[in-house]
Amino acid sequence: MLADQDRIFTNLYGTESFSLDAARSRGDWDNTKDIIAKGPDWIIEEMKKSGLRGRGGAGFPTGMKWSFMPKESPDGRPSYLVINADESEPGTCKDRDILRNDPHKLIEGALIASFAMRAHRCYIYVRGEFFNEASNLNKAIKEAYDAGLLGKNACGSGWDFDLVLHRGAGAYICGEETALIESLEGNKGQPRNKPPFPAMAGLYSCPTTVNNVETIAVVPTILRRGGAWFAGIGPNDKNTGTKLFCISGHVNQPCNVEEAMGIPMKELIEKHCGGVRGGWDNLLCVIPGGSSTPLLTKEACDTVLMDFDSLKALGTGLGTAGLIVMDKSTDVIESIARLAHFYKHESCGQCTPCREGTGWLWRIMTRMVKGDATIEEIDTLQELTKEIEGHTICALGDAAAWPIQCLIKNFRPVLEQRINDYRRKAAA
Amino acid sequence: MPKLKINNVEIEVEKGTSILQACEMLGHEVPRFCFHDKLSVPANCRMCLVEVKPGPPKPQASCALACADNMEVFTDTPMVKKARTGVMEMLLINHPLDCPICDQGGECDLQDQAVGYGYDRSRYYENKRAVKDKNFGPLIKTVMNRCIQCTRCVRFADEIAGTAELGMMHRGEESEIDTFTGAPIMTELSGNLIDVCPVGALTSKPYAFQARPWELRKTETIDVMDAVGANIRIDARGNEVMRVLPRLNEDVNEEWIDDRTRFAYDGLKRQRLDRPYVRDAATRRLRPATWDEAFGVVAAKMKASRRDKIAGLVGPLCDAESMMALKDMIGENVECRTEGAKFDASVRAGYIFNSGIAGIEKADAILLVGTNPRWEGAMVNARILKAWRANKRMKIGVIGENHDLTYPTTYIGAGPSSLENLGAFGDVLKNSKNPMMIVGMGAFTRADGVDVHGLCRRVSEQYKMGFNVLHTAASRVAALDMGLTNDDLSIADMDVVYLLGVDDAEAIDQIHHESFVIYQGHHGDIGASRADVILPGAAYTEKDGIYVNTEGRVQFAKQATWPPGEAREDWKILRALSAVLGRPIPYDEVNALRSRIIRAFPNFGHLDVLMPAKWSKFGGEGNVDKAPFVSGVKNFYLTNVITKASLTMAKCSETFLKRHDSQAEAAE
Repeated sequence: MLADQDRIFTNLYGTESFSLDAARSRGDWDNTKDIIAKGPDWIIEEMKKSGLRGRGGAGFPTGMKWSFMPKESPDGRPSYLVINADESEPGTCKDRDILRNDPHKLIEGALIASFAMRAHRCYIYVRGEFFNEASNLNKAIKEAYDAGLLGKNACGSGWDFDLVLHRGAGAYICGEETALIESLEGNKGQPRNKPPFPAMAGLYSCPTTVNNVETIAVVPTILRRGGAWFAGIGPNDKNTGTKLFCISGHVNQPCNVEEAMGIPMKELIEKHCGGVRGGWDNLLCVIPGGSSTPLLTKEACDTVLMDFDSLKALGTGLGTAGLIVMDKSTDVIESIARLAHFYKHESCGQCTPCREGTGWLWRIMTRMVKGDATIEEIDTLQELTKEIEGHTICALGDAAAWPIQCLIKNFRPVLEQRINDYRRKAAA
Repeated sequence: MPKLKINNVEIEVEKGTSILQACEMLGHEVPRFCFHDKLSVPANCRMCLVEVKPGPPKPQASCALACADNMEVFTDTPMVKKARTGVMEMLLINHPLDCPICDQGGECDLQDQAVGYGYDRSRYYENKRAVKDKNFGPLIKTVMNRCIQCTRCVRFADEIAGTAELGMMHRGEESEIDTFTGAPIMTELSGNLIDVCPVGALTSKPYAFQARPWELRKTETIDVMDAVGANIRIDARGNEVMRVLPRLNEDVNEEWIDDRTRFAYDGLKRQRLDRPYVRDAATRRLRPATWDEAFGVVAAKMKASRRDKIAGLVGPLCDAESMMALKDMIGENVECRTEGAKFDASVRAGYIFNSGIAGIEKADAILLVGTNPRWEGAMVNARILKAWRANKRMKIGVIGENHDLTYPTTYIGAGPSSLENLGAFGDVLKNSKNPMMIVGMGAFTRADGVDVHGLCRRVSEQYKMGFNVLHTAASRVAALDMGLTNDDLSIADMDVVYLLGVDDAEAIDQIHHESFVIYQGHHGDIGASRADVILPGAAYTEKDGIYVNTEGRVQFAKQATWPPGEAREDWKILRALSAVLGRPIPYDEVNALRSRIIRAFPNFGHLDVLMPAKWSKFGGEGNVDKAPFVSGVKNFYLTNVITKASLTMAKCSETFLKRHDSQAEAAE
């Protein structure tokens, strides 16, 4: 279990004020100037040492991502940092608590990260529905400007830095980095083709890095306490540091909690959430990292560690670390059908397989819930997910396919049972 | 120059070539819907997936991926086949099975590719999606159920037409193509949406349910609606023109045409002159006559008149052959500038589009003088937009009427005084490497036109601008090349006036009321109603002929249908008449006539190539009046006799321009 002195988000629950004074008392904005004075190369090196992997879901090493940004601009194009606060993944609400309770961690991180990537401007794209969160963040940004922490010669570091808050209009797909950039530019939020990657041509065709809120918010603490400290937490040097876990569903106390990377899932649920409703043996399955990640059955949940590589080895992923716990009272087919509806609803409509396929999947799943289908259709369903997966511009198609593939893989007997029951009833 | 392997065959391609293009170079067909050569690449249809190594273990969209060294591309592996059948299945699930009543049938990308890449049966048992049809105006019929959301139309409107009228509304499977406000599509290039649409979602309204593509006889020819000389294909069934389509000519119209070119063809079936008429001496009314009778009346009048009292005027749609024949028959008293334009026709460089239409893309500053290119040469305007999109720093100055030209312009002033004093735009021109000037007929259609012509020359020399004249009449440059001008000609003093397809009120109003007027042409319009004898000629679709476009490009138009009734090809009428006059013009067949033209004017011998014209002094030196330039085209859809006879064009004028006017009034 994570020791209290290793916690980064000390105001995660909003027990204290989010204001600048309160944030300073928690250690934020302490000697930011000195960190910046060490130079961008030192910062990136330290980030690499920390082993921090992107907290948005893909888990790409942050230090390496930053190092892709051009050191100088040969053609006069500026560099940008864009912070992805469009947190819409079902089962996930970690960024939300950072935005409303600890925004100064994010603002300070934005300054340092922008400096490391030679960006004078950073945009924070906040999910449209996050009204109070955007409001708090806005207040915090204003405080920081008034205190000289942002703006010209930010923090007295000699670096000019502007931070712009942009509110989205509430589309899940705008959390995809290139769709976010499109939306930020004022276009319809639709993912772009890659290559070119944002580090080459992102916002306004300029070099851009898009980072998750949590990724940026942990940066100041890592640099203050050293990359080695952060790397020292976690099961191995590929999966390091602390992580915010969001546990929802059939647990006694759903919560957000900062824990060490690699904590066993069972320990996480038992210690922080008061266990599964009706006891651990009543567990049916867990979606470990937000709705896009394939679910894990109880057998896997018994032993799995909550980190990138352990979950990947089981064919799922850490994603955003938003655990959705389902006990045995759950109709797992209906749960997955609900997710299928979500992806159908949020598909941007660009790529054929996703636009047409997500609706088709949802319609078949709706029938599967009742059992109004044939056994062969289970195979059709499986094939359809394969027709969508990997054939689209962004990963939404994959995300729509995986839960259903996983359902078929783990719960095929349940599906068949449902169909047979329905037929028997219809015959009678 | 990246070197890569496609299906184990090595190929070296130019940098920036997409894999799809490289595959085509090797003859491997790659299916696609959203990709279009002239539009941006969204890679959203996912039909062109290929396997690429090295790379992620999933197929890649070949249209959006640039070739790189050491790539290995496969277009027919099981992974690729599976991906394509999958995408095809997804495309078809919500596509209606209405091919038998779909106008795209037979030339439908979806139909063709479904045969090539799809499954042979459906396993979609849900209800198909229903999408409400949209009203896109009198030209485009929509059946939105058929739309596959490739967004070609959206990109066309954004990138080629420059009007951004279309968008994909909503998201996911609720996505719909629509104009944002429910208004019809206003751009004058809207017909091209029908061509870019790979399915039957956008089809031609006038052509709806008229024919199937395999029934049509296709003739590659040249358009005469403006002086651009767009390359077109006329599809006819029997003796009826069923539709007009663009054909590719990168130097002229790329692969687009404007709506007048595409939709005015129904004008070819109305108001036609299909037999000779003679004005009855007693009743003063026109009555049908035989060719012999008509020729007899004409010959009697012409023989009775002094030769210097006989004049010929040539209209905007004439082919070079008939104009040459007229000149050979009548002599020096011929004039082509019937709308009243006055300019110095002695130097070829002074009246052609010297830089070439494709040359617009090289320009880095453009000065438009007395022209509204959007209406006077829509393809020229589209090319300016293309140039601006490629180089958004390019400045475009406007002197004359200030219209929305689909790209940002700098308005300098309304009249010649702005040309004399360009102000800040003069610095723009000075600092640009490749500036060009485009002058329209609006600058010359005035009493001091010759002096304006000279002023334009001096300004273009001062700023080293390419000098370009944008004509509006398809016949004009050929007529000027053949010397069909006579600055001393006074129409009012003529006893006999021979109108070869002239329907300009400016010219006809000048004719003395006692003069004898012969009208040779194909439509009954104001020229025919003034005439004493009408000789029915052939429209541009009904005769072979040479046209020279505003660039000075000689192009050959081919006959697609036959003239109606007793109407004949124009040069043959003139040849026959000259025989009745007793002074037969010296050629009996059209090739002899063409040889005569080429011998006298060698540039006619260079088909489809631009012959550079020698620069020398032209235009007057006199003072110019301060009056503003006025564009000659008042109504894009009603410019010549064919468009005026066209119901479709009347509807367009009603829908697009009246609406425009009422909007402007409301705004005021």
